[in-house]
Amino acid sequence: MTASTKKERRKPPLGIVTQPGSSLRNKTGPWGILRPVFDWEKCRGCNTCEMICPEGCIRHLEKKQYEADPEYCKGCGMCAAACPFDAIVMEEEHR
Amino acid sequence: MRKMIEGSRGVAEAVGLCRPGVISAYPITPQTHIVEDLSQLDADGDIEAEYVRVESEHSAASVCLGAVAAGSRAYSATTSQGLMLMAEVLYNIAGMRLPMVITGVNRSLSAPLSIWNDQQDTLALRDSGWLQLYAENNQEVLDMHIQAYKIAEDDRVLLPVMVCMDGFILTHTYEPVDVPTQTEVDAFLPPYDPLFKLDPNDPYTLGAFAGPEMYEEMRYEIQRDALASKAVVKEVAKDFQSAFGRWMGDVIDTYRCDDAETLYVAMGSVVGTLKDWVDVRRERGDKIGIVKLRCYRPFPADELREALLGANRVVVLEKAVSVGAHGILPPEIKAALYREAKAPPVRTAVTGLGGRDINFETLDEIEARSKAGEDGFFAGLRQELVEAS
Repeated sequence: MTASTKKERRKPPLGIVTQPGSSLRNKTGPWGILRPVFDWEKCRGCNTCEMICPEGCIRHLEKKQYEADPEYCKGCGMCAAACPFDAIVMEEEHR
Repeated sequence: MRKMIEGSRGVAEAVGLCRPGVISAYPITPQTHIVEDLSQLDADGDIEAEYVRVESEHSAASVCLGAVAAGSRAYSATTSQGLMLMAEVLYNIAGMRLPMVITGVNRSLSAPLSIWNDQQDTLALRDSGWLQLYAENNQEVLDMHIQAYKIAEDDRVLLPVMVCMDGFILTHTYEPVDVPTQTEVDAFLPPYDPLFKLDPNDPYTLGAFAGPEMYEEMRYEIQRDALASKAVVKEVAKDFQSAFGRWMGDVIDTYRCDDAETLYVAMGSVVGTLKDWVDVRRERGDKIGIVKLRCYRPFPADELREALLGANRVVVLEKAVSVGAHGILPPEIKAALYREAKAPPVRTAVTGLGGRDINFETLDEIEARSKAGEDGFFAGLRQELVEAS
């Protein structure tokens, strides 16, 4: 049976995610109270923070320039814990 | 074909005729013969299912969950402690709207350990989102499995169905049954055509996290569809009758109710005993009838109300205890009658726990005590044991 005729049969029940990319729509930024603050003097651009981030929200902008997307960063602190050069400090965010 | 077979064998043959793609189960008394027979049918090449042996009922249910999610028709069977271990997965199967069928063989729950029959185990799963059908005899349980797949897989339902059969009383009893042919079952039950399934080329996510902004709506949808499934249960019973010529009721069935003053409500094999007993009491002039509850979930409150109004007394037999409360089935029957000014008094007898035989003597006792106004009593209780403790 083709997809279009299935749609005619019934709408999928709620909770069945029919389109990929739902984790992009689900903004997890407001969950946390801590944010990573980078010290560019200490940063050597090793990419550890980018790779370890479980949310995949740390972007490598250019050598020794990273950014944690505030819309998705939960403030878990894994980047700070993993940074070999102690270049990341978790700070409380006041919103 | 007319055969003289064990109840479990009948279930195994019926399930085989439904062509499940995946069967996964863990053996547990008194369900064992069902899965042994299916395993044998599979090993002999009589059915073409993938029989997955697992280390527990939790895994059996999980295998089935995955199988249905991947678009296969799946089957499992368990009882008692095994059903309790499955419970976590069973809620997930219903919540993920995966239609499948399991046989819930009815056995008491530990402790004390008992392998014998009552209905405590499946009743504990009444709120899980599984539809529940209760069978009176081996023909009915055989037929119910074929109906169950058709109900579960209906687009309007998409909920799993548990076919409940009394352990030993049905599973281990030989009765003559009509086993339909493969051609007949194929004509009645088309191959499972899932509305959605796991497919890398058309990806879906099932069972994802739902926050407070969405969970309630999902539960609402399950409730809405479960309540509406009553129409499908009825429809499938009618379709089954046209296809196979057998009718054992849809959501309920009645026996000698027309002029009855006293109505007994019960589920499962005890209905057979009740029918014989009613015949005897009728000869003595007692106007007693039986309302058999065949479909417990969805709960047929309207049909029960219609069947029970007009009686002078309703007696509910309960093969389980809602420990610390007033029962499982009786409050639901009472609630169905609550708004009626002329609602008959509803009396409850707990009976047949842990395989205690329910015989004519038990039923005579229940009749006498309920007639005297007693409610919520244990029938057939060995007073000498209770008083000694």
